[in-house]
Amino acid sequence: MLNVYDILETIRMIQDECLDIRTITMGISLLDCIDTDIDKACDKVYEKIVRHAERLVPVGQQIEKEYGIPIINKRISVTPIAMLCGACPNQNPVKFAKALQRCADTCGVNFIGGYSALVHKGFSAGDMALIQSIPEALDVTQNICSSVNIGSTKSGINMDAVKLMGQIVKESAERTADRDCIGPAKLVVFCNAVEDNPFMAGAFHGVGEPDCEIHVGVSGPGVVRSALAKYPDASINELADIIKKTAFKITRMGQLVGSRASKELGVPFGIVDLSLAPTPAIGDSVAHILEEMGLEMCGTHGTTACLAMLNDAVKKGGVMASSTVGGLSGAFIPVSEDAGMIDATIAGVLSLEKLEAMTAVCSVGLDMIVVPGDITPETISAIIADEASIGMVNSKTTAVRLIPAIGKKEGEMLEFGGLLGSGPVMPVRDKSPAKFINRGGRIPAPMHSLKN
Amino acid sequence: MRAVITVIGKDNVGILHKVSGICAEFHANVLEVTQSVLQDMFAMIMLADITEMSGDFSALVDRMDSLGKELGLSIHIMHEDIFNSMHSI
Repeated sequence: MLNVYDILETIRMIQDECLDIRTITMGISLLDCIDTDIDKACDKVYEKIVRHAERLVPVGQQIEKEYGIPIINKRISVTPIAMLCGACPNQNPVKFAKALQRCADTCGVNFIGGYSALVHKGFSAGDMALIQSIPEALDVTQNICSSVNIGSTKSGINMDAVKLMGQIVKESAERTADRDCIGPAKLVVFCNAVEDNPFMAGAFHGVGEPDCEIHVGVSGPGVVRSALAKYPDASINELADIIKKTAFKITRMGQLVGSRASKELGVPFGIVDLSLAPTPAIGDSVAHILEEMGLEMCGTHGTTACLAMLNDAVKKGGVMASSTVGGLSGAFIPVSEDAGMIDATIAGVLSLEKLEAMTAVCSVGLDMIVVPGDITPETISAIIADEASIGMVNSKTTAVRLIPAIGKKEGEMLEFGGLLGSGPVMPVRDKSPAKFINRGGRIPAPMHSLKN
Repeated sequence: MRAVITVIGKDNVGILHKVSGICAEFHANVLEVTQSVLQDMFAMIMLADITEMSGDFSALVDRMDSLGKELGLSIHIMHEDIFNSMHSI
């Protein structure tokens, strides 16, 4: 039975508290597009993606209207392109990136993710060529996202890949220096990457997934913050309960939109990703939730504890609201995309080290962090290795999305605009990890990976 | 299938008439109305049956949007499913 209070609460969440569906993402398998002739493979990729996804944007818009809930992005994730490259070695994989860009233009989607390689244990045919081509691919396309999985709890960390990715991130920034170094903002380096993630830049369609499916990523930090603001004197376990109830409502909305999109498009429903994803908009910040819990500013002592509680409560509330929860599911902390994180970084309260600690207890990792342009590739690699080891040892997904701000120093800003926001350059240590990074090889999997 | 229409804004002559007029035009049967006027602020929630509506739901949304703009009111029309799914188990 509908009641007035519930109706007004929903409308307030959408109108005043930035509640939205962050993305509906269609996962499409490209395994049947593999061909020894790269041009033929590109044609098959284009045909298959457009055939499945041509109605994605109009259906998304129709659902937005019907339920009055904004769906910010419509996206596509595809099979890691390195798997297609394996069949046509000696060809330039950028052709695939250009084909994907044509798909994005035709379908009108915001992003296509899956210019990816999974090299956590080693490089197979196609992986090396794809990784080497990432800087060019991100330079010549606008809407294509790339990711590389360099480690997992089961297999350890591929340090050769870690070394390589430091160079790729730096090169990608250099190639796009005239566009605020946008290249590496579309590139994620993962440990324990998930196969059904709807969020960019790390989305790809894993090989264990069906041919085509629909995922939904919800959002709503603003809703959680204002729910907490109503209880200034509540104890921490009472706050956890409030977050659970709010997460439940947000997730139910995601479940509704996902199942509706799946029905309209005739494609199976994949998962709801229960993430609190911030945007640079006022009132849409994860940092502000932590501050509402009682921190003077995000990044101060106590931040990790608050984030751990928030992350856990979001999952507990959301998990009952959806038939299938998956993806990354947790609180995101992308610095440039979160107004509160940006303020805390400018104030010098939020540091790279604190962010690293926070990634041990929340979803994903060091995300959208701008570092000085003169950072060495080895330092980037070492930051990736640190973050990947947190993921490997804790059996969780961690990721690194660093943006070297070419020509800029600590204290200056990079402006990306839109959902990516703007980021202050954060300081890094100046002592070299080069010898460690140049050793190569693999960090063995931890003892607790042997569960069988 | 029902739609929930909410109208909030400065009170004026004929708001109810105009909103229900659009419902009638789309053959959406008004089932319930609660409204209150506090000083000069008008707030109304209307429940309409859209099972046998004529035309497209999105066309109805567009009409309500343009009426809202014309009268300077905040008018929302949403499918009831969103409220049912968010607020009941």
